[in-house]
Amino acid sequence: MTTLKRTLVSLFAIAAAGPVAAQVTPPPVGAQPSEGLSVDVTDESGDDLIIAVPALPTPQSIGTPAGSTDALGRQVADVIVADLRNSGLFRPKGPGAVRDIQFPEVTAPQFPYWRGSDAQALVQGFVRANADGKLTVGCYLYDVALGSELTRKGFEVAPGDWRRAAHKCADAIYARLSGESPFFDSRIAYIAETGPKGNRRKQLALMDSDGANHRFITNGQSIALTPRFSPDYKQIVYLSYLNNRPRIFIYDLGAGTQRLVTEGQNSMFAPRFSPDGRTILYSMAVNGNTDIYSIPATGGTPRRLTNAPGIDIGGSFSPDGSKIVFESDRSGGQQIYVMNADGSDQRRISFGGGRHATPEWSPRGDLIAFTKIAGNFRIGVMSPSGDGERLLTNSWQDEAPTWSPNGRVIQFFRSTQGRSGTSSVWQVDLTGRNERKIPTPVNGSDPAWGPLLP
Amino acid sequence: MARLGTKFALAASLALMAAACAKKPPADAGPPPGPAEPAQPGDTSGVTDAPVPGSQADFLAKVSSDRVFFDLDQFDIDAEDRATLDSQAAWLKQYPRVRVTIEGHADERGTREYNLALGERRANSAKNYLATLGIDASRISTISYGKERPDALGSDEASWARNRRAVTVTVQ
Repeated sequence: MTTLKRTLVSLFAIAAAGPVAAQVTPPPVGAQPSEGLSVDVTDESGDDLIIAVPALPTPQSIGTPAGSTDALGRQVADVIVADLRNSGLFRPKGPGAVRDIQFPEVTAPQFPYWRGSDAQALVQGFVRANADGKLTVGCYLYDVALGSELTRKGFEVAPGDWRRAAHKCADAIYARLSGESPFFDSRIAYIAETGPKGNRRKQLALMDSDGANHRFITNGQSIALTPRFSPDYKQIVYLSYLNNRPRIFIYDLGAGTQRLVTEGQNSMFAPRFSPDGRTILYSMAVNGNTDIYSIPATGGTPRRLTNAPGIDIGGSFSPDGSKIVFESDRSGGQQIYVMNADGSDQRRISFGGGRHATPEWSPRGDLIAFTKIAGNFRIGVMSPSGDGERLLTNSWQDEAPTWSPNGRVIQFFRSTQGRSGTSSVWQVDLTGRNERKIPTPVNGSDPAWGPLLP
Repeated sequence: MARLGTKFALAASLALMAAACAKKPPADAGPPPGPAEPAQPGDTSGVTDAPVPGSQADFLAKVSSDRVFFDLDQFDIDAEDRATLDSQAAWLKQYPRVRVTIEGHADERGTREYNLALGERRANSAKNYLATLGIDASRISTISYGKERPDALGSDEASWARNRRAVTVTVQ
């Protein structure tokens, strides 16, 4: 039996919604309570909160380019259920597992009925087609035992963006119950992999955080690797072997065009955006020696940040942009170092056994994710000072962690052994308990999360 | 075909012996790199069977190997590598207008980005050695594929040894 924790939960401010999905005010339902359900993202008890998510009714079933509002209400509920389940914190029960509700119930839940079920929380909402062709999706979270409302949101979206409204609703529920920042309404860039191991096609591809809305960006004629979104989602920086030369390109998602970050005869690898999107880090090999450089994202003069003999590569900015964590084998094997953004004050921070590679600074600033190489490759985290090393995965080869926008989930790719070995995209939370494979149409590697969508 | 089979069996047994003691990759049962159908001596049935002088096929036929191998995480050129590169240098001196690309590779036991840099290091080691033999460095370009283009597909020591390589390819 689940132990129900009732604690004071501070009201959580959701970031203002942007133009794509403007937030609208749903009808009021009583006063906002100061008390209610909560979950702890570090809780490893497995006592997940049970949340009922009936299909979202519609005041009037109207056809839209994305289907009828009636059908959309069920699909929105399904997406909310999947998001909440995948977070590992909740046990949601969606349409089919709970009874359907009528539109008037949305703002007047039948609490006595729900108390007779095992649901501890209740998510209700509606889908309405507006005269201007847009949809309004209302989203309400209730505490069943208290019979009170915990939060409400309304989203106005184009019919084709209905999944975003569902993700935003799930984000509101996740944020209200966990106290953490939201992250479902975000996108992932990754490398789609097909073909035999010896000559594998590697294409830049994009998808929503749950694997939906998948799209290939490059055609695979040139190897593409290590993509990263710009903070505004307008660009992707990545490594391409176009014309058989590994160089860094910025792909403009709106225009569908790309340009070189910098010209040059040398091979370049490992591009990264700064948190403000104004600077790009990359690594360049000159006469076999690889160092880290920075350059304005709009082009300009590169600045060399490292000059140690050996391989200095990668790099990830702290959220405030003042520091960079990177890997170097200057000590003999790959280890993690931190430096100021201008390259000064380079200090090693990883000292545990084995090698430490591919460091990525959490957007919260509190942790650095890395690949631990000690026989197998495993994903781990440590503090920015190198303390508290903790491994989260245990498989043959897990590598290249990147962070969810809220710094609570890590994405990486997992490879399997042998001539039939393949790679796939995985996520793990900071407890290491909730690990799951992200569904992709083909095999995948190098997943990189963008921030919460603007 | 029978003769080919014998050659393979011999190569395989040599490979077993080599694997037992050498740090170098065994030339195991996989087919040797190069043209699938090398021209047979004395075969005059078609002039196209003979490699065109200065061509990639000619390069593969004349040098002792188109590739050198490296120890785990290493990029130094040892005596065996020097012998291979010496033969490549001799050929390159014979065809001074031919340019080459040296492709550096790593095995799958390194992280992707590090391996790209490691492959670059290995390609440069081979390039630098050829340069010390008098080959104009401007004739030699390098490219790294890291662990993205393995030659041997297994996840075992023999495969990894074959994949830690720098391969010289003529630019035609």
